[in-house]
Amino acid sequence: MDARTEEFTEFVQGGGQVETGDWMPDDYRAKLVKFIEMHGNSELMGVLPEREWILRAPTLQRKLALTAKVQDEVGHAQLIYRVVEDLGKPRAQCLQDLVDGKAKFHNVFHYPTKTWGDVGVIAWLVDAAAIISQKALLKCSYAPYARIMKKICWEESFHILHGRDVILTLMNGTSEQRELVQEALNRWWGPLMTFHGNPIAAEDDPMVFWRIKSQANEEARQQFLDGYAPQIWELGLTVPDPKLRKTDDGVWEYTEPDWDELKRVVTGHGPKTAERLEFRRRFLEQEAWVRQVVLAEAA
Amino acid sequence: MIFEVFRQERRGQAFAHAGSIVAPDIEFAEAWAREQYGRRQESEALWIVPRDAVTEVHDFPDELNKTYHRVDGYSLKAKLKEARERAGTAAS
Repeated sequence: MDARTEEFTEFVQGGGQVETGDWMPDDYRAKLVKFIEMHGNSELMGVLPEREWILRAPTLQRKLALTAKVQDEVGHAQLIYRVVEDLGKPRAQCLQDLVDGKAKFHNVFHYPTKTWGDVGVIAWLVDAAAIISQKALLKCSYAPYARIMKKICWEESFHILHGRDVILTLMNGTSEQRELVQEALNRWWGPLMTFHGNPIAAEDDPMVFWRIKSQANEEARQQFLDGYAPQIWELGLTVPDPKLRKTDDGVWEYTEPDWDELKRVVTGHGPKTAERLEFRRRFLEQEAWVRQVVLAEAA
Repeated sequence: MIFEVFRQERRGQAFAHAGSIVAPDIEFAEAWAREQYGRRQESEALWIVPRDAVTEVHDFPDELNKTYHRVDGYSLKAKLKEARERAGTAAS
């Protein structure tokens, strides 16, 4: 490592924050682009499972709330791709890599949404898991990314409330509605347990090395279990893991999640991966004329 | 074109940088900035500025060590102690 990189490393590891125009090592820039682009892709792909329910939402209020959530998430994607663009990778390239299957997006967005119960579980628990990662990113060594995270976290907090409201309404309804929630929870528990990634030690995680992330994967998962397992149980729901318990020293134990499934899913082999990427590709092509017209008028 | 967006959260507060947007012109930039930073009435006002119009300045050297216009240029503690002792008003 040359002296300049060493100095930079010491700076970010000590809590220093980097701006767009500052010198940075190529590896740092590459890791930032990879991490932030995946976040942007996830926001953009994450609206597709929810979009499927806009027309089937049970009330007008729910329909409007879900539409607003979809708008928020697409807005997050726009903010995040802007940060990637300033690091040197154009948005058009990000979108192309995404639809070509060359880029990743979060595991939870590769699964189907079978019932309205899934929509509630996603907005409540998937967004809760996401906000834990995103809150940790408020301390990211790359300042422009950390700054937009404030707005993103603020909007995610509405989504969790919306999700919790959907779940509570269903739980206070009929036994069929309660069953709907339990079934959805059973479906989503596996993906939720792998959401924060494999339990790689902080010192081995290159994203932690550069303080792009400031939290180890397992730490995030423990925080999720600590916050949400009790909230799930108090509603009379069952977590589909008989081994889940909090030990006396405050650590959550659970059945080893299926890491092979996580790997399969995020490398493009999830149950809905191909269909959703195809949907994105179709719209990217279908709306190309809008971009052409707008950009031509400006030129 | 890239536009930098600054937002004022409440009347009387300073505008703070909120983020940037890409837009073909100022009209689009305004429309998108309104969506991104104002649709929940979370802003009192926005400034939308083409990035090119912003002059960024770094590095403020102080070769002459001009401490006389900073508070750290005036360490009064020792002098005050001496003055109080001379006047006989030092706390015993």
